[in-house]
Amino acid sequence: MRIGFLLPALVFALLAVALGVGLTLKPREIPSALIDKPIPDFALPPVQGRTAGLSSGDLRTGEVSMVNVFASWCGPCRTEHPILMDIAKAGTLPLHGLNYKDKPEAAASFLRSLGDPYRRTGADRDGRVSIEWGVYGVPETFLIDRQGRIAFKHVGPLTPEVMERTINPKIAELKR
Amino acid sequence: MSVELGHYAIALAFAVAILQGIVPLAGAQRGDAKWMALGVPAALLQFALVALAFGCLTVAYVTSDFSVLNVAQNSHSAKPMLYKVSGVWGNHEGSLLLWALILTAFGAAVAVFGQNLPVALKARVLSIQSLIGVGFLAFILFTSNPFERLHPVPTDGRGLNPLLQDPGLAFHPPFLYLGYVGLSMAFSFAVAALIEGRVDPAWARWVRPWTLAAWCFLTLGIALGSWWAYYELGWGGWWFWDPVENASFMPWLAATALLHSAIVVEKRDALKSWTILLAILAFSLSLLGTFLVRSGVLTSVHAFATDPARGAFILAFLAVVVGGSLTLYAARAPALEPSGLFQPISREGSLVLNNLLLAVATGSILLGTLYPLLLDALTGEKVSVGPPFFNTIAIPLAVPMLIAMAIAPQLAWKRAALGEAVLRLWPAALAALIALIVVLAAFDRATLLAALGIGLVVWLLIGSLQEIAERAHLFRAPLAESLRRFGRIPRASWGMVLGHAGIALVVLGIVASETWQSEVIKTMRPGESVAVGPYQFEFKSVGDVRGPNYSALAGRFDVTRNDNLVAVMEPELRRFTHPPMTTTEAAILPNALRDLYATVGEPDNQGGYGTRLYFKPLVSWIWLGALVMALGGAFSLSDRRFRVGAPKRAGTGAPAAQPAGD
Repeated sequence: MRIGFLLPALVFALLAVALGVGLTLKPREIPSALIDKPIPDFALPPVQGRTAGLSSGDLRTGEVSMVNVFASWCGPCRTEHPILMDIAKAGTLPLHGLNYKDKPEAAASFLRSLGDPYRRTGADRDGRVSIEWGVYGVPETFLIDRQGRIAFKHVGPLTPEVMERTINPKIAELKR
Repeated sequence: MSVELGHYAIALAFAVAILQGIVPLAGAQRGDAKWMALGVPAALLQFALVALAFGCLTVAYVTSDFSVLNVAQNSHSAKPMLYKVSGVWGNHEGSLLLWALILTAFGAAVAVFGQNLPVALKARVLSIQSLIGVGFLAFILFTSNPFERLHPVPTDGRGLNPLLQDPGLAFHPPFLYLGYVGLSMAFSFAVAALIEGRVDPAWARWVRPWTLAAWCFLTLGIALGSWWAYYELGWGGWWFWDPVENASFMPWLAATALLHSAIVVEKRDALKSWTILLAILAFSLSLLGTFLVRSGVLTSVHAFATDPARGAFILAFLAVVVGGSLTLYAARAPALEPSGLFQPISREGSLVLNNLLLAVATGSILLGTLYPLLLDALTGEKVSVGPPFFNTIAIPLAVPMLIAMAIAPQLAWKRAALGEAVLRLWPAALAALIALIVVLAAFDRATLLAALGIGLVVWLLIGSLQEIAERAHLFRAPLAESLRRFGRIPRASWGMVLGHAGIALVVLGIVASETWQSEVIKTMRPGESVAVGPYQFEFKSVGDVRGPNYSALAGRFDVTRNDNLVAVMEPELRRFTHPPMTTTEAAILPNALRDLYATVGEPDNQGGYGTRLYFKPLVSWIWLGALVMALGGAFSLSDRRFRVGAPKRAGTGAPAAQPAGD
């Protein structure tokens, strides 16, 4: 048997092992390392064309609040956008946007064309602040409790199901 | 028909599949004709059973039987009939059932149409095809049962994702699956050949039609998907290098390479072990693609499989099919060495170059697609690989490919002179040069890359037409003689010319629309007007529209050019209630020269609406080009050598490969 012919099988074996390891990882269920920790200190300018920026002080007002990490280049963000609009309309809690690694004009036109659900926005152009928040993909949504601690984090787009099953009960619990 | 009947049919089909996977294969090893003969009725029965199961589920959807969990989760009584039917495969369980249906249909097709196949080869092919079926049926039975009942019965269903309620997407999965699963035939033939230890021109001739058919379906499937993304997602894009798209593009690239390398096996009895490897890889990539997409691993880099049992099953199945076949390859392929070496400058040499470029493209896309997953698995680091990476690798690979595609058909088999072939292409080269200069000189916003792209398109189009003109001895013989020759050009040659011209048209559409599109994304109030390219869009009004299962906001744009009304465009923003979701229904005004594209978005509560307006020159050629390519495949498929005269194996009399008119 010549080694060359074994190569495809060997490459596949390596791939299979890596996929196997991937199978054991369930990042969706790994809580953010920052859960129940105070939010990191930061201050960000607003997304282009908006006046209210986002800083740690805005999340330590004694109110339960929500921070949504979004980007105009992210497909799932568009999918979840109507839900964010609903949350803003309902007004149960302040919703802020953390704009992850985005071009200012792209982010601005994203909000212009789809609607702007955010009370405050922070433009995190180089992604530094998001790293401090433990963000590893967009979209992600955080719930902040009254003491200004990260109480919950959802990875991936919000769906009506997620809202109903996890987010809304969690909000109710935090507000109690 | 109740779904229990369907469930029972799948269980029976599973049993038949196991039988069919073992008995004919063992029969072929023992030389037992009776055992081998079992393959044909078993394949037909298996197909009938899966078709019955599929029928049962379809009936449940059509009659809105919400006591079935799958129907309740994915359908709704107010849904139009087309989407009730397409809802059958618009979900994980149902789509697997469609996979199994197509897989068994291909098996049945071999059983019926494979009369000219050698008995042992046919028995082995049917067995291997059936073993793949065992995996899928087990997956359906044990982890993804679409026939589960639901108690208590809900009054109505949850509805199909509105994004999927679209004619383009209703037919996208079936075409894609016909392509993916069609490649299973090439795989089964390859594994059968490895077991037999024999690959010859006759084998290649049997495999090629199946691969061609699969390739045509895959081409159409990918084009439909891209078209859907273009008009339904409402961002004016048509390809996003999204993992899901890559998952369908990789098997297409591998199948394209396989089509070409099988020609070398057929004509020159060379490149055998490589062709076998390609056949295995093409189907392996299909499997990897379907499963990764289905399990949700790649739509989001965050999780391998939403259901751990499914993920484990997927991996085990991949390991058996891909690992097993590659191990068999490692053991048997060295014995398949070529009967002759060949010159780098020759038709077969150019086909090797084609394979090399396609293989590099496939490998790079695979790497880009899996890299985030692999890195996560190995180091826990999270990254994402986006369009910049894929565009960077696509362009340097596409340029030499396009240049070579016009030259290769000019090269003779065995030994050719590159200089002569290139000289013969002087009309194409001249036309390309003129096109390049004209683009640079006369068009605004022309980049060097765009001009090069247009030049290559012209080069390939004229080069392909030259191939036909030469075969007809156009301008060299009297016109009547040329016409007579024209009619006698084999369909396979037309197939090649159409296939290559189709690529040129796709590239034309990509280059022109990317370079010269105009887009305006802004909040507009009714009454406002804006210029998009040479057109003026006036936002007239906004109204409410009601559909069968949605309500919509409809914008109205009057489009004028030089003060002449060209069209009225009415994009919609549809709001569905089951499930609650909003979709963008772009208004598109296509023609051969340009598309106009308009969408309307959410109101900003100050009287404005988010709108996106595009002017996209030549964009339709991306999909028309794909259609031309698929047409080329169909032409090639109808070539008489596939229909007339069963290929005979060497040593049994007739020569293995008759020249097919070229």
